Amino acid sequence: MIANYGYMDGSGEYYITIDTDKCAECEGKMCIAACPKGLFVPIEDDYGEDVVEIDSGKVKELKYQCMDCKPTEKPPLPCISACTPGALKHSW
Amino acid sequence: MISAGIDVGSKNIKVVILDGDKIIGKAIQTGSDDQEKSIEETLNSAVKDAKIERSAIEKIATTGIGRKVFKEADYVITDVTAGGRGIFECDNAVRTGIDVGAEESKAIKVNQVGKVTDSAVNEKCAAGSGSFVESMARALGIDMKAFAELALSSDAKIPMNAQCAVFAESEVVSLIAQNTPQKDISKAVHDSIASRVSSMVRRVKLEPRIAIFGGLAYNPGFVSAFKKNLEIEDIFIPEEPLFVSALGAALLAQEKKEG
Ligand code: SF4
Ligand code: SF4
Repeated sequence: MIANYGYMDGSGEYYITIDTDKCAECEGKMCIAACPKGLFVPIEDDYGEDVVEIDSGKVKELKYQCMDCKPTEKPPLPCISACTPGALKHSW
Repeated sequence: MISAGIDVGSKNIKVVILDGDKIIGKAIQTGSDDQEKSIEETLNSAVKDAKIERSAIEKIATTGIGRKVFKEADYVITDVTAGGRGIFECDNAVRTGIDVGAEESKAIKVNQVGKVTDSAVNEKCAAGSGSFVESMARALGIDMKAFAELALSSDAKIPMNAQCAVFAESEVVSLIAQNTPQKDISKAVHDSIASRVSSMVRRVKLEPRIAIFGGLAYNPGFVSAFKKNLEIEDIFIPEEPLFVSALGAALLAQEKKEG
């Protein structure tokens, strides 16, 4: 499943998109350790696959949670570099 | 197998009881501070409606924002999976279901067997949900149904810029102060919610047939504004839009494999 977690407000749209079919096949789940804010949480989804989701308590603050990782022009984000299967996208 | 699906929403609790794929009972009740008690009561009303004994229910699945409250559940299912399964059951041709509830809206894409392939949840957007329409109707002192229908008789285009329900409310208050006709205010409110929900929905690539369910599906002002916003004509609205997720949960309770 392509799962979009996030929200929009007056300043823009803040969504992290996870292709959970890739997570189900991903052994290392390196995103979990790579994210300094602990945004990625391992879960078993409703279809019995081991995937990750965004911590529900933090979804509403994505813009601020990711702020330290996102000064302009800084190359790949820790989560994106760690995710070798290429399951992650940020909308902003 | 007899199963029950319980959807513990932010406003109402909905229960569907199935015997196989046939709905034999259902009930809805407004939630309270004591959610566990309200769930018990709603479940018991549905059991009564089904004319069965409670012990006849073999599997229970819960979904919705309060899905973890009910300790007797055999399965706890996310809103996205339950909503997707439920709307697919209502019409197998549906590929995109849009659930617009009291506090949250969701876009759910399903494949040809009803499995969710794509989803987006709009968090934190009180101004894009059912409770916002209700509070705006209250501000005007009109009941919900009349307020929703008023929008249909207006051609006005009044943009509402506020991104947050609190500010949107103050925009409405100033429209009232300027003696803006009620029908135009109603249209502005519905247009603004529709545009918010549409932009969330566009995160998933829309694929027909498109369905709306959840509380706002009953609101013709919203449905009309939403159709215009997405430029689509054909939108499927199930007979009982509020029970779709409970139905999905009840079906999934039967379909889950043991172990
Ligand atoms: S590293 Fe990528 S593929 Fe692996 S679990 Fe994390 S997001 Fe999914
Ligand atoms: S940008 Fe940083 S904080 Fe945000 S998800 Fe990626 S690693 Fe975590």
